[in-house]
Amino acid sequence: MGAQIREYRQRIRSVSATKKITRAMELMAASRVVKAQQAVRESSPYARALTRAVSAVATFSTEDHPLTSEKEDVKRAAVVIMTSDRGLAGAYSSAVIKESERVVGRLREEGKEVVPYLLGRKAIGYYSFRRREFAASWSGFSEKPTFDTAREIAQRLVDDFTTDTDEGGIDEVHVVFTRFVSMVTQEPEVIRLLPLEVVEGTEAPADDELLPLYEFEPDPAQVLDALLPKYVNARLFNCMLQAAASELAARQRAMKSATDNAEELIKKYTRLANQARQAEITQEISEIVGGASALAESK
Amino acid sequence: MAALQVELVAADRKVWEGEASQVSARSTEGELGVLPGHQPMLCVLAEGEVRIDAGGWKTAVVDGGFISVDHDRVTIVAETVDASGMGS
Repeated sequence: MGAQIREYRQRIRSVSATKKITRAMELMAASRVVKAQQAVRESSPYARALTRAVSAVATFSTEDHPLTSEKEDVKRAAVVIMTSDRGLAGAYSSAVIKESERVVGRLREEGKEVVPYLLGRKAIGYYSFRRREFAASWSGFSEKPTFDTAREIAQRLVDDFTTDTDEGGIDEVHVVFTRFVSMVTQEPEVIRLLPLEVVEGTEAPADDELLPLYEFEPDPAQVLDALLPKYVNARLFNCMLQAAASELAARQRAMKSATDNAEELIKKYTRLANQARQAEITQEISEIVGGASALAESK
Repeated sequence: MAALQVELVAADRKVWEGEASQVSARSTEGELGVLPGHQPMLCVLAEGEVRIDAGGWKTAVVDGGFISVDHDRVTIVAETVDASGMGS
C-alpha cells in the first residue's frame, strides 16, 4: 500500500525535474528567436540594395553571365539541405529532410544526378547513418549563422557551379530550407539558387519608382561580375537566417508542449497519489473498527 | 544646396544612415568623390576607406562592394564594414 504512494511521488519528482528543463529550454528559445528575427530584418537593407543594383545592371546590359545562364543539358544538380545541429525542435529537421527527399526524387526522375550538400548535424547524421554519400557538409552554426559561413558555403557552391560537369562540377543548385512565415508557421521550401534568377519579390523598389539611367563604372559587364557572387552570398545568408529563426521557433513550440504535458502528468499523478493515500487511511480505519468490534463481541 | 542622403550598409546590418554634404570612396578605377547633384552612377569599389562628410568626416573601411548614386541618394554596400572610424 505505502509502496504505491511512494512510486507515485517518485514519478512526480522526476516529471517535475524534466519540466524544469523543458521550461528553461522554452524560455531560451523564446529569447533567441527574437534575436534571430531581428537578424533577418537587419540583413534586409543589404539584400534590398543589392537586388536593386543587380536589377539595374540587368536592365541595362544584355550580357549573359555564367551565373545566370541556364545550361542546356543539366546532368548534375546540387541539393543544399539546411537542418539544425540539435534536436528537441519538434519536426523541424525531419520536415526539411522529408522535403529534400522529395526534391531528390524529382530531380532523379528528370534524369539528373543529385549531389547533396549538408548543413547541420541532423542532416549529416541522417546521411551517414544510411551510408549515403554527400559532397560537403558544414555544421555548428545552425542557431546563429554568420555572414562569413554563408560566404564560405556560397563560394564552394559557385566554384563547383563554374567547374565543368565532366570534372565534377554541377549544373544547378537547389536549396531546401525552412521559411520563417510567422512565430507559428514555418514552412520547408525549395528555391533554385543557381543559375540565378533575380527575384524582385518583396525586395523590389516601388512600382512608381523608375530605375534611373545609371552610369556604370568600369562597365556594366564588370559591375555585374562583381555583384552576382555577392548576390548569391546574400541569398544564401538570408536562407540561413530564416532557417535559424524557424529552428528556434520550432524548438520553442516543442518545448512548450513538453512543459504542458509534464504539467498534465504531474496533475494526474498527484490525483493518483492522493487517492492511494485516502484508500490507505480508509483501510486503516476499517481495520481498527473491525478489530475493536471483534474485541467487544468476544467479551 | 541639397544634401546627400547616405546609407552605409553591411551584409548583416545597416551601419550608418544620415545626411552628408560629400562622400568619397576608392573605386576600382581610382578615387571617387560624390557631391549633391551627381548623375546616377553604379560603381564597383576597391578595398579601402569610405569617407562621409556629415559635419565632420566619418570614415569606414570596406572590403569592396559598390556605391550607387541616384537623385542625391547614395548607397554604399559592402559585405563587411569596419566602422570603428565612424565615431558616434
